[in-house]
Amino acid sequence: MLTLLQSYPLFAALIALLGLGLGFGAVLGYASVRFRTEGNPLVDQINQLLPQTQCGQCGHPGCKPYATAIAEGGAINKCPPGGQETIDALADLLDVEPQALDAEHGEEKEPNVAYIREDECIGCTKCIQACPVDAILGAAKLMHTVIADECTGCDLCVEPCPVDCIDMLPRKGGIEHWRWDLPEPNENKSSIIATDRAAA
Amino acid sequence: MSFLRITSPHGHSPLDTAQVMQAVLLATLPGIAVLTWFFGPGTLLNIVFGGVLALALEAIALRLRDRDPQRQLKDYSVLVTSTLLCIALPPYAPWWLIATGILSAVILGKHVFGGLGYNPFNPAMVGYVVLLISFPLQMSSWQAPRGLGEIPGVTESLTALFVPASYDGVTMATPLDLLRQNKGLLLDDLFSSTPQFGQWAGVGWEWVNIAFLAGGVWLIYRGIFTWHAPLAMLITLGLCAAIGFDSGSSESGGSPLFHWLSGATMFGAFFIITDPVSGATSNRGRLIFGALVGVLLYLIRVAGNYPDALAFAVLILNFAAPFIDQYTQPVTYGHKPTKEDDE
Amino acid sequence: MNTIFKIHGGIHPDEEKQLSNPGTVLDAGLPPSLILPLSQHIGKPSSLCVAPGDYVLGGQLLAEADGMVSVPLHAPTSGTVVAIEPMPVPHPSAMNNLCLELECDGEDRWIEYAGCEDWRVETPDTLISCIRAAGVAGMGGAGFPTAVKLMARDRLPLQTLIINGTECEPYITADDTLMQVDAAGIVEGAQILAHILGVEEILLAVEDNKPAALDAMQKAAKARGGDCNVMTFPTKYPSGGEKQLIEILTGKQVPTGGLPADLGIVCQNPGTAVAARDAVCFGKPLTDRIVTLTGRALARPGNYRARLGTPIEHLLTVAGFDPSQNQRLIHGGPMMGFALESSAVPIIKTTNCILVPTEQELPTPPDAQACIRCGLCAEACPASLLPQQLYWYARAKDQEQLERHHLADCIECGACSWVCPSHIPLVQYYRAAKGMIKESKTEKIRSDRSRDRFEARQERLERETLAREAQRAARRAAAEQKAAAGGADDPVAAAIARAKAKKDSASDESANS
Repeated sequence: MLTLLQSYPLFAALIALLGLGLGFGAVLGYASVRFRTEGNPLVDQINQLLPQTQCGQCGHPGCKPYATAIAEGGAINKCPPGGQETIDALADLLDVEPQALDAEHGEEKEPNVAYIREDECIGCTKCIQACPVDAILGAAKLMHTVIADECTGCDLCVEPCPVDCIDMLPRKGGIEHWRWDLPEPNENKSSIIATDRAAA
Repeated sequence: MSFLRITSPHGHSPLDTAQVMQAVLLATLPGIAVLTWFFGPGTLLNIVFGGVLALALEAIALRLRDRDPQRQLKDYSVLVTSTLLCIALPPYAPWWLIATGILSAVILGKHVFGGLGYNPFNPAMVGYVVLLISFPLQMSSWQAPRGLGEIPGVTESLTALFVPASYDGVTMATPLDLLRQNKGLLLDDLFSSTPQFGQWAGVGWEWVNIAFLAGGVWLIYRGIFTWHAPLAMLITLGLCAAIGFDSGSSESGGSPLFHWLSGATMFGAFFIITDPVSGATSNRGRLIFGALVGVLLYLIRVAGNYPDALAFAVLILNFAAPFIDQYTQPVTYGHKPTKEDDE
Repeated sequence: MNTIFKIHGGIHPDEEKQLSNPGTVLDAGLPPSLILPLSQHIGKPSSLCVAPGDYVLGGQLLAEADGMVSVPLHAPTSGTVVAIEPMPVPHPSAMNNLCLELECDGEDRWIEYAGCEDWRVETPDTLISCIRAAGVAGMGGAGFPTAVKLMARDRLPLQTLIINGTECEPYITADDTLMQVDAAGIVEGAQILAHILGVEEILLAVEDNKPAALDAMQKAAKARGGDCNVMTFPTKYPSGGEKQLIEILTGKQVPTGGLPADLGIVCQNPGTAVAARDAVCFGKPLTDRIVTLTGRALARPGNYRARLGTPIEHLLTVAGFDPSQNQRLIHGGPMMGFALESSAVPIIKTTNCILVPTEQELPTPPDAQACIRCGLCAEACPASLLPQQLYWYARAKDQEQLERHHLADCIECGACSWVCPSHIPLVQYYRAAKGMIKESKTEKIRSDRSRDRFEARQERLERETLAREAQRAARRAAAEQKAAAGGADDPVAAAIARAKAKKDSASDESANS
């Protein structure tokens, strides 16, 4: 056998390659069974990055559906509450070029919290049905109120209200939310090279 | 009334970047003086010519990059680069050699990476290596030191600088070259038979090195940089030399003292590897950085092809600096139950 | 005498302590009105118990503690509450916050108060509630409610109380002065605190640049006898940082993310010790403090006893402020204090110093230059961090690397910025980065919760739909069964008949109307 192989090196090579192929194939096959992941990890990873406002501004009924759409190749720049930061994080995860926010779906703004002017509320429960995270408390014909800590500021309750008693107020106005800004990088106020600034 | 809102701290130590750079420039003076004494005014002219050119190039580069030259030239960093490069260049080099070196150092070594603070390599060494690889002949012709050859005057030096090939000075192989080329002579015989060797190392060279050592010690005393990298480099260089000394046989790599006082050892130890931008940043990192430069310096000197090895050793270690930093993070307060102060 | 340990890093800025003449307390007088922020401490703001128009006496409760981590607030003099509204407060943001304005009537009438006869026989809980009722919060700068700090005794075994008279920041001499004028009070306060904590060992720490204070403290400790150990060590900034001081005195490091109590240590400021003594022995609420007014733009710098809520404007007038030479007003010291935009803000429980330097004295910093990676910051850092790496990562907003390089262990002492030859405002980078990390963590928690709620709701809706469908199916099945049981009645025909009947009745109705 050995002598045969020595005299036909082509066979030796073929056998070696075949052997390697079978070996690695077996390892890969075993690994795919042994380390199988449940569900779609990519959708979950994308969903982790989305802000979970559930506002539907992207055109999908919630963040998870949008995450599924992105995983299937959808655009990553349709999420105004997440803003540029989310787009950059998604681009980083999916290894694609970051894009600017698609203005069609709205603008990036500071997070809000819904506030019901309670003496005007007629207790119609329409906002309760609209709230994607069950953050409005109340019952029919009784005054409603928003659990401010759970409100995502999605605006979805504003439209259905028949008496327009819901205000969207900034969530981070107070002194306790204030934080330091990064200093102006005045060591290079313009970009890296002169032409960058013209482009920007 | 309304007051200025500035972030704390509101005071500042008296030391700023320009002063650091000025101190480094000042500390090169003894070395330059000794160089000038032994090899004539060539180095001095190089430094002046190179300095003017470097300032001009820096201004142009800053302007092109849309920076304010007025403000950034005042940090003196480009003068440090050009001065260090010109000290390393052979005296009586033609102007184009210096110009190429400065151009490479300032533009290639520094500004293409984003200017001061962003350069991964020591700019002066980048310039030097470009020249060493491109013009090996010009780079290896060193003027013979005082006592062994005639020292040219100022006019002659000027002609040498600006009218290439007009100057025909006495050049001689440096002691490091001689040692490498030595085949068959015992070290003592080599020292006594060749005029270039002085008391401990090369004639002139030993004093040049001592002068740079003095400048460096002053910088450490001033607190401009720490002792870690230079000391580590000198120790490992000495150790390697001691191992390779071979009791002065014909195969000997030279004594530790010879290596300490030859070529660019002290200049490198105190003025090149202490460059903060391209070196390691923690003190432990600096020890490692310096030690590795010392080892490489010896290896390239003894086994390499070039007259002096410092530039290569430094550039190779510049590559490794971020890696060294990564693994020499000091232990932060509260992260280990008990801990000695880091260095 | 115990051993003194060394700490890493540190700097030696000009001390400028003599400028404010430590050892003499001057009177800041009574301003026409006081502005009392409801949040002068760490924790929840106090909740009001007076209304505009109320007349109050000195020492009367204005606002009570709201929850555990909060302190009450008392009137520093008699007068009328004229307004309760957002006003400028001493805060780096220069924003407004809810304050109570008290118009002083100038009579300075006080309520009666009384303390414990002998604190040695009282239980720690009684004493803690005395301190809590007096509104005592850490007077060194952070303003943590003292009573809460003392409750560490319930959770952890404690051995040592440190009274931190280090006062390592340049210019400030408020603690120095207090140690000289009321050393006995500090020692007694320390003994009360030690009694509450149940610790044997009291360390009174004084830096060696305050010989008069050191002498006074040693005498007082000897006079009162007992277990007070006055310790001194070389001057270096920031030895007075709580963690640094603990390392200097014990050689131990507070574990990251932990508290000194984890090592069995509690640190208190001398001012806090005196306030605790006043609260326990006399029942006196915290309504005034010593403030260092200093800087060369003042004609009469010194240590002034000022009522809380005194507007800084008033203090500047008292100390002879010359606005022509100054453009900065600093709350706190030159290293960690923050610049105020307006002098209308009041002093609060944590105000130890108001610094008004001339431009010559503390010049406006020049523009930052490029980092040359010189490493001076790493040598100065008392927490052994790598400030320049943190700087790069903060600029890149790289939260992962910032955490790997232990940004959270930065105490924001400013030593790195002080030494930086390129004048980079490093501390501001770290503060911004810390804020950024904190915010994104809370956002993450929020969004996780929103996701769970959203998914729970989706599930519920689905369940409801399914239930409805099941119900409908059950009804249909029942109807079918009934139809089948009822005989040959065709359900379709029956439906048509029903629809027809309905239509007829509808047309009848319309005909009727």
